[in-house]
Amino acid sequence: MSKTLTPAGTLYRGREGQWSWVAHRITGVVIFFFLLVHVLDTSLVRVSPEAYDAVIASYKNPIMGLGELGLVAAIVFHAFNGLRVIAVDFWKQGPRYHRQMLWGVVGLWAITMIAFSIRHLSHVFGG
Amino acid sequence: MSTETVEKEPASKIELAPGVGGGGEIPTFDITLKVRRYNPEVSDDAHWDEWKLTMYGTDRVLDALHKVKWEHDGSVSFRRSCAHGVCGSDAMRINGRNRLACKTLLKDLDTSKPILVEPIKGLPVEKDLIVDMEPFFQSYREIMPFLISKGHEPSAERLQSAEERERYDDTTKCILCAACTSSCPVFWTDGQYFGPAAIVNAHRFIFDSRDDAGDMRLEILNDKEGVWRCRTTFNCTEACPRGIQVTKAISEVKQAILTRSV
Repeated sequence: MSKTLTPAGTLYRGREGQWSWVAHRITGVVIFFFLLVHVLDTSLVRVSPEAYDAVIASYKNPIMGLGELGLVAAIVFHAFNGLRVIAVDFWKQGPRYHRQMLWGVVGLWAITMIAFSIRHLSHVFGG
Repeated sequence: MSTETVEKEPASKIELAPGVGGGGEIPTFDITLKVRRYNPEVSDDAHWDEWKLTMYGTDRVLDALHKVKWEHDGSVSFRRSCAHGVCGSDAMRINGRNRLACKTLLKDLDTSKPILVEPIKGLPVEKDLIVDMEPFFQSYREIMPFLISKGHEPSAERLQSAEERERYDDTTKCILCAACTSSCPVFWTDGQYFGPAAIVNAHRFIFDSRDDAGDMRLEILNDKEGVWRCRTTFNCTEACPRGIQVTKAISEVKQAILTRSV
């Protein structure tokens, strides 16, 4: 018998359901923080339109452009997966096909993101 | 009466290579079993203990734990009773997933890596793999898991059609092992949540045509800590050793709360 000291236990090895829920939570928090900043910068227009223009202009750089890409990725996943969660609760066959629906969500997300990335990145980096 | 010559049994059609024995010879293999140990009388910290064991192809994780307890370290503590997947005593986390130790064959696990055995999550650990099941049974009791009927006692059986029985058949299979409830991320962080097992057992009576307290149970589960805490992670469905469609049962209870007069 040998003794190995590892403080933490292992992570629960859930399957698609658990990890889609984790992703839903993370994207939800990301969107929340975006909305917080978004409400603040938009309300700046009430303070002074010049300040608003200055803040919006400061977003127009490649780092913020990539941030926007990440934000859209989070929103698109959260939206499609949200519809899946509604289907799991309200469609009779939902719990049975939740895994297939998740692949549908991932597929739709990929299609949307490919289309968006082409257009968005050509704006950000194409000038 | 004519005497019949006893015919010899026909030779086996399968050619066995020499050296391969007949029945009874079971292949053996070596495993490394890692058990998460915790003894509050010795230390406040848990640690992993490791044993190398030679096991048979027919052995289960429970057999490996028995071998450790009986031949290596008698202080290893775990619950088990029937050891055949009926009593629901030996739910534990095996390689990160909730399983019954008595229903998990070692040969089905990856024996090239150590097999990790931990107590189920979300319930206070008392020693090694033994957890305090009281919060789990408290939720179970709260949903009133017994038949409640109004009106006259029938003089004969309470009749039910095959279709009515079929309605809740899936949720009658529960053995209260807590594999589902302790696989639920909501239960880990919010111990007040009823948990899948209590909802499954409520489902068993809510959809029983002979029971008259369905509305009462729906009212109990319409609580802040009731069915609405479910985030459909499907960990419970995946963990259930009886194959109960737990998440489906929970969503049926959600629907019932929305559509009935509660």
